Amino acid sequence: MTAFFQSLGMTYDWAWFVATICGILLIALPLMLAVAMIIYVDRKIWAAMALRRGPNVVGPFGLLQSFADGLKVFLQETIVPSAANKGIFLIAPVVTFTIALMAWAVIPFNSGAMLADINVGLLYILAISSLGVYGTIMAGWASNSKYPFFSAMRASAQMISYEVSIGFIIICVVLWSGTFNMNDIVKAQQGHVFGIFNGFVFNPLLFPMWVMFLISSLAETQRAPFDLTEAESELVAGYQTEYSSMAFAAYWLGEYANVLLMCALNTTLFFGGWLPPLDWAPLYLVPGFIWFLLKVFFFFFVFSWVKATVPRYRYDQLMRLGWKVFLPVSLLFVVLVSGYLMLTRYS
Amino acid sequence: MIHVIAFYLFAVMTVASGAITILSRNPVHSVLWLILAFFNAAGLMVLVGAEFIAMLLVIVYVGAVAVLFLFVVMMLDIDFAELRAGFVRYFPLGALVALVLLAEIVLGIGAYRAGSLELGTPDGTAAVAEDVSNTTAIGALLYSRYLFLFEAAGIILLVAMIGAIVLTHRQRGEALVQNISKQNARRPDEATVNVKPEVGKGVTL
Repeated sequence: MTAFFQSLGMTYDWAWFVATICGILLIALPLMLAVAMIIYVDRKIWAAMALRRGPNVVGPFGLLQSFADGLKVFLQETIVPSAANKGIFLIAPVVTFTIALMAWAVIPFNSGAMLADINVGLLYILAISSLGVYGTIMAGWASNSKYPFFSAMRASAQMISYEVSIGFIIICVVLWSGTFNMNDIVKAQQGHVFGIFNGFVFNPLLFPMWVMFLISSLAETQRAPFDLTEAESELVAGYQTEYSSMAFAAYWLGEYANVLLMCALNTTLFFGGWLPPLDWAPLYLVPGFIWFLLKVFFFFFVFSWVKATVPRYRYDQLMRLGWKVFLPVSLLFVVLVSGYLMLTRYS
Repeated sequence: MIHVIAFYLFAVMTVASGAITILSRNPVHSVLWLILAFFNAAGLMVLVGAEFIAMLLVIVYVGAVAVLFLFVVMMLDIDFAELRAGFVRYFPLGALVALVLLAEIVLGIGAYRAGSLELGTPDGTAAVAEDVSNTTAIGALLYSRYLFLFEAAGIILLVAMIGAIVLTHRQRGEALVQNISKQNARRPDEATVNVKPEVGKGVTL
């Protein structure tokens, strides 16, 4: 895109600047629309599984429900608790929301269609997702209230624990594809198994890694069955209890943007991103970003499905799963995968 | 042009947030400013072309170390008036530490300018092969030439970790322990009974 703006007669610096701004808007605006619609989809799927109708009043089939909710929240009064630490209280939702958008810079929507084609793409995502803790922990502390603080402690312990196993799982993928660049990781999955299937998930050594990654991504985004941070029977509404109006909406949007990001990561790392599921020429006639969006939507359906069917974990079970099951197993698989590659590829 | 703007932005932010880290009265604010300083330092690393180090800086320091700082600072109930009372007493020691750090920086820059490092060139530009990515270059060097030093560093960290766990772990007699395998082995017929009491009669359990 920089070349296009340069052809309009701009200098390189300005062309780069304008192209980057355009790229950010091209990703962020559709993402916000997608988040609004995906909240509606989440509620519809959840309702269907509970034999209810779900939102069906605002607009045809209730399609405008999220926008109505957004308008309602926008018109509410912003309340800052008098005992709160004002600066951090107001910055915290901005941090959460910004970080939820930042990681999308390196997600490839189509072959090479990403904002930043950097060669440490996957590490960048790890770095950004490790920042995600701060929005939560700042909110919990700055609210100066017991329940948000408990919730923030839970949330940060949970996110740190599962980031460890996510790191090891990602290392397995990186070992196999030999690169941190997201686009090249997708390309490495073309015809991965017998030249037929596109995707690391069809590899017997990486399939258990994907199962663990899916469960870890549920825990990382604090979705059911790991939504202990807002266990309403214990903690009112979690770290966002004291928030109202747009600050609350920022948490809401950020949470769903993170869920979509985790769906996109599942797609990119294990299901061949923008590649069609089979390495068969006619399937390549469908544009790559349609395959990508279909896979992301499939994973979002899985997330909603889990939310509707699985009961909530106990906190000690959650910690045990992260540290005593996922960590040793993923470490074992790092050894297995690297050993296998040493024997077959690098010997 | 854009490089220069980015460099001065990151540099000014790093120095300023470092200064506010020391100056701010609230310890939680201090840690948050420290995190901003780390983050901007990572930005500087990206500008000199060390993107792998930059990402590791964010993952390790911002993502793990600073979170623990924040945890500890939030949990502790520190009286800061009392802490500041010792300022004059500890000032000579603090000045000494600052002097040592300054001397180390000057020495480091001097050694670098003298060209004693093989990896860089004396005029301050790092000689990096153009076609090899950062990650590959570091990996190739760490796992061949510096393999034993790298492994030794790993073992030291492992020993430190085990030491910390051993020192802080204590068995408390009254603590309740979950027996997960017993919980998982439990079946509905062990836990529940189906009774049909007559109308007006209770159930004894």
